[in-house]
Amino acid sequence: MTSVTLCPGGPLLSGAVYGCLLNVQDELDRLGDAINEPPYNGAPTGPVMYVKTPNTQVAAGTPVVIPADVEQVRVCATLGVVIKDTLTRADADQARAAIAGYTLVNDLTVPHDSLFRQPLKQKCRDGFCPIGPNLVDAADLPDPDGLAVRALVNGECRQEWRLAELVRPVATLLADISDFTSLYPGDLILVGVSPDAPLAGAGDIVAVEIDGLGRLENPLVSEGENA
Amino acid sequence: MKQARIAFEGRVQQAWEDQGKVRLADGRRVEETEVVWLPPVTPGTILALGLNYADHAAEIASKAPEEPMVFLKGANTLVGHRAFTPRPDDATNMHYECELAIVVGKPARNVAKADAYDYIAGYTVANDYAVRNYLEGFYRPNFRIKSRDNCTPIGPWLVDAADIPDPMNLRLTTRVNGETTQEGSTKDMIFDVPFLIEYFSAFMTLQPGDVILTGTPKGTVNVMPGDEVVTEIEGVGALHNTIIARKP
Repeated sequence: MTSVTLCPGGPLLSGAVYGCLLNVQDELDRLGDAINEPPYNGAPTGPVMYVKTPNTQVAAGTPVVIPADVEQVRVCATLGVVIKDTLTRADADQARAAIAGYTLVNDLTVPHDSLFRQPLKQKCRDGFCPIGPNLVDAADLPDPDGLAVRALVNGECRQEWRLAELVRPVATLLADISDFTSLYPGDLILVGVSPDAPLAGAGDIVAVEIDGLGRLENPLVSEGENA
Repeated sequence: MKQARIAFEGRVQQAWEDQGKVRLADGRRVEETEVVWLPPVTPGTILALGLNYADHAAEIASKAPEEPMVFLKGANTLVGHRAFTPRPDDATNMHYECELAIVVGKPARNVAKADAYDYIAGYTVANDYAVRNYLEGFYRPNFRIKSRDNCTPIGPWLVDAADIPDPMNLRLTTRVNGETTQEGSTKDMIFDVPFLIEYFSAFMTLQPGDVILTGTPKGTVNVMPGDEVVTEIEGVGALHNTIIARKP
């Protein structure tokens, strides 16, 4: 097993961090008929992306400050895919070959019901994207789509979902994104988040686990505490 | 001072505006058509405003927003002055958007409007192309309409903030093949530059080099392969771009 410690903004993670909405079947099922009603007016034709900006990206163990105006956050546990070769209008085979490896990501999110506008205030707070602890070589994880993802709060598993539920499996997702947005070495793509991610607040310790990738753990602290 | 990032003689380098020419670090002055222009900044975060001019909001939406309508873009979108932007085959309306771009100068967190200008390094021009018929209803505007490869020309220059004493009173003009198609003034922004610095820094730390695209006024029209689009902002620069066909 080849794995190296990941450092957000470091040489292995020098690029963008993108998340994907509606890439877990349960998410789509929950929307039901609402997907065809205003303001959405129909299912999206391609991957729906969002950005976890550089101010959000922190390493394993770093305390995450819960801002004063936020009561609780969702612990959105997911798989992160790190890119090693540029992908532009690629097919799934090219995409698979361009994966450097995998890591854990905690896409901390302020709960929000509307999916109409981009969720900056919900997803782009400082520290809201713990990443790591390691990058596991793609060759050591030949079938990520078969794995289970767990979200933990204070050591207790509060949610488990399977990557087999992805609407677009990893390689297809990367290929479809690259139709309009090129992916570059050092970019990180979060493959999707499942609904009902557990809630946590300041004072809690949150974690993400996937077998073979270890555990990504971060304490949540309140604003004003020594982070 | 106006500075640029260019490629010349096989090297990426910094350059400066000097009496209509491009001055290199070694003192040589070359024509602007002799160099390859790169985006003048390499931002970590690219924030963009939709519907930030009342006349443009009326043009494409029913009413102006009460809070800034904000979206994010990837660095894949940026290209420099005199670059080429592909138009997809099935685009029915691909339009330019001439925008004043703010470049952040130092880390900004909880900055008050009154102090906002202290946090700005300078300004440049951006052309925030949209393929309007790709607009969808989730996390809108979705990446497919707004975060496309090569669809955000930016430059030519990063102009020092000190050289733009009043960024809230600048003329914006777009010309397509020499004909003026869009005119406006930054004084008509709904949420102005100091407001935006306060607004963003209230919930996220802005970093040096981060860019805020401040929206576009009325006059966005469809452009076709072969069209030359020049987006110009008074005192900041004239950004040239040419539309090409995207191969199916």
